Amino acid sequence: MVLNNNLKMNRERLEQQQVADIALRIADLNVYYGESHILRNVDLSVPVGQMVCLIGRNGVGKTTLLKTIMGLLKPRTGNIIFVDKDITNLATDRRAKLGIGYVPQGRDIIPRISVKDNLLLGLEAIPGGRKSNTIPQEIFDLFPVLRTMLSRMGGDLSGGQQQQLAIARAIMGKPRLLVLDEPTEGIQPSIILEIEAAVKRIIKTTGISVLLVEQHLHFVRQADRYYAMQKGGIVASGDTADLSQEVIQEFLAV
Amino acid sequence: MSALLEGLFSGISIGSVLLIASLGLAIVFGLMGVINLAHGELMMLGAYTTYVIQNIFKPLGEPWFDFYIIVALPAAFIVAAIAGLILEKGVIRFLYGRPLETLLATWGVSLILRQCVRSVNWLLVISVGVFCLLFFGGRVLVSRRLDWEKIKNAVTAILLPVSTAIAALAGILMGSVPALSKAWFSARNVDVTSPKWLSGGVKVLEFQMPYARLFIIGLTAICLLAVYLFLNQSNWGLRIRAVTQNREMSACLGIPTAKVDALTFALGSGLAGVAGCAVSLLGSVGPNTGQNYIVDTFMVVVVGGVGNLLGSVIAAFGIGTLNYLIGSGVFAFIFSESDAFKPLVDILLFFATSSMAKVMVFALIISFLQIKPAGLFPPKGRTAEL
Repeated sequence: MVLNNNLKMNRERLEQQQVADIALRIADLNVYYGESHILRNVDLSVPVGQMVCLIGRNGVGKTTLLKTIMGLLKPRTGNIIFVDKDITNLATDRRAKLGIGYVPQGRDIIPRISVKDNLLLGLEAIPGGRKSNTIPQEIFDLFPVLRTMLSRMGGDLSGGQQQQLAIARAIMGKPRLLVLDEPTEGIQPSIILEIEAAVKRIIKTTGISVLLVEQHLHFVRQADRYYAMQKGGIVASGDTADLSQEVIQEFLAV
Repeated sequence: MSALLEGLFSGISIGSVLLIASLGLAIVFGLMGVINLAHGELMMLGAYTTYVIQNIFKPLGEPWFDFYIIVALPAAFIVAAIAGLILEKGVIRFLYGRPLETLLATWGVSLILRQCVRSVNWLLVISVGVFCLLFFGGRVLVSRRLDWEKIKNAVTAILLPVSTAIAALAGILMGSVPALSKAWFSARNVDVTSPKWLSGGVKVLEFQMPYARLFIIGLTAICLLAVYLFLNQSNWGLRIRAVTQNREMSACLGIPTAKVDALTFALGSGLAGVAGCAVSLLGSVGPNTGQNYIVDTFMVVVVGGVGNLLGSVIAAFGIGTLNYLIGSGVFAFIFSESDAFKPLVDILLFFATSSMAKVMVFALIISFLQIKPAGLFPPKGRTAEL
């Protein structure tokens, strides 16, 4: 009996350890828009401290998957587990407070408040609430352009600046997982490299995990692992180092 | 000179009543986009609260009675805010982004509230209290169980008829006590007596400035300043502005959007209560008090440009002044100097009564909205597309 209990405890400890190495685990997720089946049996996991890239052509459900992770869409079946907590039915703001930072497609900067206030809103994700009204130096080190823009309205920035602001805003909340939806979409090449470098630097300095949706090949190659989507399901996955020419041609819109 | 000054004062005075009534709506409709037709009834609740507070202070005698209004203002704010909170949690929360349904539902709520003040008595209060205690209390008790999500519907299905039956039974049993079934206010209008320091007025040049009007102007200024500071300087104000501009993204940032919605709506409703307290100084209070203001308040918010406080301020004073100038015949008087304007003077004289002035103001607003459909201050720049 005692032995049995010990065994059970050991197994539980082992399972916890395995779970702790995974920042985000998605199991058998099915999402519908009305009656149309958008995501089909999606399984995906993001290991702690790694960057995972989701590739696939337009309209295969990448953004839908990220929205479901944030709780903006409700899955019909399946589970989303963040670190060791099942967040499948959790409200969106609670997910952010647990440590998921989200940079949506189209940035979604709050238009009629200042850049500084947009950044300060990033602090909302810190559970204790925000204590000060200062923006840490790291943010300006990552994105120097924001320093001169603080008093501008968020909606008046250019696309590239808004993208940098959106990433900075997510970082303000000190997330454990950063979810990026096409951060380079519609942005001029020189700024793409800047954003790429900033994301790499964030991972290096903070050790957070990243789930990235991306079409830009150079950026995709920075990730540790990739998942390829087609018609709402994961059809291929592996290390980005092994990313073959066929996979690139099939799944990237280049 | 004196006529002009009088016109200006009266315009500001009418405008400030309009503004204080619209301030809450500028938040609820302007910022949140909720078409709340029960806004006038929230004002009415504030006015009735003032009446109740006044009755409580009456037996206390002279020195105390003078200050009942100081107590009535926050009380009206709280009562209306709580009513607004219940309205948001019970009805509006489910209708965000569906203006047509919101319109119908809040109109229904306004009818309910109007009938409520006509027929409210202890019996009704006790029955509703018993029902709430059983139904919501029961739900809270059961919700501690782990399988709450699964049994939620079954629990509601059992609790609803049971608590309704018990509440109805309690009502029938106590119905024989006449003291309990006597209506508090009845359908007749009630009168709020202004405290002594608010009756009378100060004479400037040749006309009277009633203290009650001056008080309302001051109150409006204070409310406006408080709302401005709250929205622009406080943390909750920032959250409110973020949620009203982009609800989904705000949630993704970790802002508790449901809480923010409830707070915003309660704030707007509370301001309606304060407005109700203020207008109770100007005339008698009845179940239809709110109806007299609802159209005016929507007019102010729409003319000002939805979502813009400054626009509402200018629109309120503009409409107020115009209303007075037409209604009192000042325009007709100005043009009557020369015979050349005779036809114009005749038209202006025709509109020189307070009800006809309203018709003309309406016509002017309709033509104004043809030119500027988004009001005085439409959103500009890249933000206009959002």
